[in-house]
Amino acid sequence: MIHSERPIAGRYINPYLAGGLLGVVLFLAFFVTGNGLGASGGLNRILVFFQDLVAPGHVDRTAYLLGMAGGDKNPLDHWIVFLTGGTVLGGFVSGLIFKRVRLETVKGPHISVRTRWLLAFAGGILMGYGARLARGCTSGQALSGGAVLSVGSWAFMLAVFAGGYMLAYFFRKAWN
Amino acid sequence: MGPLPLEEIFGTVGVYAIYLLIGFAFGAVLEMAGFANTKILAAQFYFKDQTVLKVMFGAIVTAMVLIFLSSGLGFLDYSQIWVSPTYLWPGIVGGLIMGFGFIIGGFCPGTSLVALATLKIDGIIFTLGALFGIFLFGETVSMFEGFWNSSYLGRFTIPEWLDLSTGAVVLIIVLMAVFMFWGAEQLERIFGGKNPAQAPKLRFAGAGMLVVLAVVSIDVGQPTVKDVWQRIAAEKEPLLVNRSVQIHPGELVDLINDDQINLVMLDLRDEVDYNLFHLKDVVSVRSDELEIRSLSLLSAPQNTVTALIDNNEQRSTEGWKVLVAEGVPNVYILEGGMNYWLDIFGHDGHDGCPTATQPDSQEFRHIFNMAIGAGHLASEPDSESIKMEYTSKVKLEKKKAPKAGGCSS
Repeated sequence: MIHSERPIAGRYINPYLAGGLLGVVLFLAFFVTGNGLGASGGLNRILVFFQDLVAPGHVDRTAYLLGMAGGDKNPLDHWIVFLTGGTVLGGFVSGLIFKRVRLETVKGPHISVRTRWLLAFAGGILMGYGARLARGCTSGQALSGGAVLSVGSWAFMLAVFAGGYMLAYFFRKAWN
Repeated sequence: MGPLPLEEIFGTVGVYAIYLLIGFAFGAVLEMAGFANTKILAAQFYFKDQTVLKVMFGAIVTAMVLIFLSSGLGFLDYSQIWVSPTYLWPGIVGGLIMGFGFIIGGFCPGTSLVALATLKIDGIIFTLGALFGIFLFGETVSMFEGFWNSSYLGRFTIPEWLDLSTGAVVLIIVLMAVFMFWGAEQLERIFGGKNPAQAPKLRFAGAGMLVVLAVVSIDVGQPTVKDVWQRIAAEKEPLLVNRSVQIHPGELVDLINDDQINLVMLDLRDEVDYNLFHLKDVVSVRSDELEIRSLSLLSAPQNTVTALIDNNEQRSTEGWKVLVAEGVPNVYILEGGMNYWLDIFGHDGHDGCPTATQPDSQEFRHIFNMAIGAGHLASEPDSESIKMEYTSKVKLEKKKAPKAGGCSS
């Protein structure tokens, strides 16, 4: 995907600076709202919203879904949905400013685009499933729970890194 | 004093606008850090580029230092912010699965959102996969509900686990992070061919500042229950004086029999009196254990009512202050304690008890020949046969603290 008029993407900011900024955002989230950050909870509710459109009876019979969308409850009427919407918007605006909004597939040099898509989908499934099992994703559990010193969040964070390093060797061709 | 009472200030729409704004900042920083680019994320696991580690731990220690510093200085009420409850094994197994998903798919849910926002096709597909995984979980969780709810430790924090002061833990984690940053730079030098000497010198100043702030947070300390009570006494003391929180034994009987209420009865009396006589289903707690007990009460369901029981009201009144200072909602004192209770419900040989002579005594003034514990009729009065007149005082108050975090909701 080479375009001659392709604008030159801006550089990423220094990781320590990004970490500091993210920390300030996280602190402000806690300070203002009492809640940390999150992502998978928002995805969950968006999914349940569509499930409720397609199969409301099923939602009303499943205990896990009932709490979010049972009866006339709207699963989107929740702060995490707005946080998630804001995350997409913020990512988009920053991408625009630094000229990084571009329809493309980012992948390692030795796999095909199709393989990358397949792996992305498979990894996504694991990620979504694991995030619900662990009651949180990297942002909600590791980042937010880690900063307020939750024991479970630190155990979770170590497990995520451990899982990644455990399989890294077997998937080295996908990335290197 | 944070967290702010957002609903009161901004209304529902305003609250959602604030969350949108916070999300915006979150997404923008993730994008600026390069987290929409899956190659940067995956490189973490091949030691070449440690951006993920630097950003994550940089964010955690920065937020942590700010949170505990402002809590120590009284700007932020730690008991009112959301601490992810610990479900140890589901968290670890889920984390491992996510680690697998990370190295296979190249994102986590948050980063896939910014990848999607910047039109990375792999990010869009990953997000669809994540939605499908969440869907699968919703359909299958009923098969292992037991495991999913196992090893629940509630709001369990590292200072409690290690029995260290919060400030000490904050400093240890900051030092650990700085050491990890140093290690990460060494790995990048060896595996990624990067020269740490070219990184901005300002990072040393940043690290130094975090260490200094962590040391300051030790010095400042965290507010004790007494400090918090001092601050809220003007507002809460009238409740005690006007006897708005002392409930009549008849109301407690009705609460015991109310299926809609999750009643927690804490008996604060010493062991001897407790063994002589106590109510059915009470938990015997020493007054100095109440602070720890408050943590599980904070994460208890919305319909939880806590009743404190003493021989009279001395320890229950002090305990009430502790729990209220810790932010526990719906705490009540049993009026007149066990003495008044037994005056009403009676017991064998009650005629010999010096009841009327010392009505204000804090001692247990009922005489039992042996320790019968909860084996007495008065331990579990039948609400049907005894209908008592009383002024109802229990009003279920909604918890101020967030009910659920960003991921478990």
